[in-house]
Amino acid sequence: MQYLPNILFLLALVAGIWFFTKNIRKIIRNIKLGRAVDASDHKAERWGNVFRIALGQSKMVVRPLAGLLHIIVYIGFVIINIEVLEIIIDGIFGTHRIFSFMGPVYDALIFSFEILAFLVLVSVILFWTRRNIQKIRRFWAREMTGWPKNDANYILYFEMVLMVLFLTMNAADVALQQGVASGQFTSDAASHYIQAGAFPISGQLAPLFEGLSAETLILIERTAWWFHIIGILIFLNYLYWSKHLHILLAFPNVYFGRVVPKGQFQNLDAVTKEVQLMMDPNADPFAAPAETEEEAEPAKFGASDVMDLNQIQLLNAYTCTECGRCTSECPANLTGKKLSPRKIMMDTRDRLEEVGKNIEKNGTFQPDGKQLLDDYILREELWACTTCNACVEACPVSINPLSIIMDMRQYLVMEQSAAPNELNVAMTNIENNGAPWPYNQMDRMNWKNEA
Amino acid sequence: MAEYLAEGKQPEVLFWVGCAGSFDDRAKKITKAFVKLLNNAKVDFAVLGTEESCTGDPAKRSGNEFLFQMQAMTNIEVLNGYEVKKIVTACPHCFNTIKNEYPGLGGNYEVVHHTQFLKSLLDEGRLKVEGGKFKGKKITFHDPCYLGRANGEYEAPRDLLEKLEVELVEMKRCKSRGLCCGAGGAQMFKEPEPGHTDVNIERTEEALEIKPAVIAAACPFCNTMMTDGVKAKNEEENVAVMDVAEMIAQAEDL
Repeated sequence: MQYLPNILFLLALVAGIWFFTKNIRKIIRNIKLGRAVDASDHKAERWGNVFRIALGQSKMVVRPLAGLLHIIVYIGFVIINIEVLEIIIDGIFGTHRIFSFMGPVYDALIFSFEILAFLVLVSVILFWTRRNIQKIRRFWAREMTGWPKNDANYILYFEMVLMVLFLTMNAADVALQQGVASGQFTSDAASHYIQAGAFPISGQLAPLFEGLSAETLILIERTAWWFHIIGILIFLNYLYWSKHLHILLAFPNVYFGRVVPKGQFQNLDAVTKEVQLMMDPNADPFAAPAETEEEAEPAKFGASDVMDLNQIQLLNAYTCTECGRCTSECPANLTGKKLSPRKIMMDTRDRLEEVGKNIEKNGTFQPDGKQLLDDYILREELWACTTCNACVEACPVSINPLSIIMDMRQYLVMEQSAAPNELNVAMTNIENNGAPWPYNQMDRMNWKNEA
Repeated sequence: MAEYLAEGKQPEVLFWVGCAGSFDDRAKKITKAFVKLLNNAKVDFAVLGTEESCTGDPAKRSGNEFLFQMQAMTNIEVLNGYEVKKIVTACPHCFNTIKNEYPGLGGNYEVVHHTQFLKSLLDEGRLKVEGGKFKGKKITFHDPCYLGRANGEYEAPRDLLEKLEVELVEMKRCKSRGLCCGAGGAQMFKEPEPGHTDVNIERTEEALEIKPAVIAAACPFCNTMMTDGVKAKNEEENVAVMDVAEMIAQAEDL
């Protein structure tokens, strides 16, 4: 029976990791629904971006206050994970503070965890205030109602509770350590709590536990310990449904982020072939396709659904943490148009999830009479974009909403001939007289003779 | 350009005028100012004239990849036919398209924006830029998206303005965070979607907060949008919208 906690712990850990892996596989499967894309170029630059933008948080600090708070929570997340490692080892082997053999190094580690836990708690409370009291505009947009709004708050509550549990656990531990040291607690169970660690924050809380028996303190410590680790496992599995996935996906996403100038839009190869054929004077327009040639399905131009997008765009959608920096810099959105680059990413993820569920239910994707265009993203949104790249520049994790907008415009124009009429006029002009305006090509040099 | 070919010569640079610079009355003034500067610096340049056609930028940003590539390949045929090596243009949209999107279709040239070219003439000592009438005047510079964010060039136009000894005051949103004028992505050629205001008004209001004598631009479309914005705010008496090249030409009394 004495191994019961170890077994329970191991079961919880395995279950947590198993569910998490299962969901990650779903995400990978869904991303792979997109078109494959070659990103084997610019390796050095891509790694540079990962270090600078993802690890270094370089784009977060464009907004200093939010950036600073985020860096605290980010460092807290990374560093406190060392503590989680200790918790896992302790949990499996029934030990207590297994790393304490490191002596002063351990003290320094625990010291830093404590300080960080406290700073994280403060930052998260400030984040909550910014969202719910200060009501910063980008958190109250049209797309930030219902689940996205609640999701954001749940994450903050989760983090608050985890940090409070962590500090409570340490505070009870301190009280026990002090009791043992002063000879007040002599039981076997209490002597488990060896002198280890430095507790600048929870040490301040320990007096709250004064007068409690060793058993009560152990109960408090164990409860906090268990809730903390179970909380972490639940949080890990919550990620799949949450915008919080960015804590993992930001890194690959930044690696796959764009490495060519932002103004360079991709040239469609399928179109290049057609245009070359059209301009080739030796091509026979009536030639039947060669018999041996495989009957390939003609390529669809642009995107009307998530399967038409590429895998990086779909990874972008899962990475988006809905911070809204893109939308708050978007000229269309700022002037009251419906377009919101953040919504483009959220819609893409929602539709991709819907397609994923469809596949789980039916084995393969069965047409459901819906698509990304119109059912999620409106034409009005797509046509409001000025392609100014402000959203791409603003994203702290290198998401490119503009590329999705462009792919969908391509579908509208090349598959549906559904451009706004004024644009059709401009395009006809380009075709006929080499300029978007109806001027005579022969008048191109008129400026030369004007005063 | 055909004349150069007939004489078996190559110009130092091809000036790609662009549709606005060729046809739009306001933008033609920029073209003429830039040409004056080129002549003044004794730059041996050519234009394609009636052989120039739209780069395809508005078609591409509208989503019409077909039309874009047809335009691009036709232009590339012409440019390659003349063995063009270096291109300068006063339009960031032409600049971006030829520089970034033509190489993939077989058009490889050294492409510079006119502010970059003027800067290099200045550095080589071929062009003299002095304060003149703009000395000490309050000027703000509006970054064109396709020069700034799209291609990372923020300094060349500012360096030129500094040479004019102006008091350069930045708008709140500038450089990589500069707000679009509202013309990009083929918006120039259509009415905006419904909203509470127009993008060019939003941007002009921001510029007017500074109370500048001149809003400096480096793109014919930004120029139009900001000019319209200034007119809508009834400020055209007090604030001019000018291309950087025009300002230099005026300062030099060309």
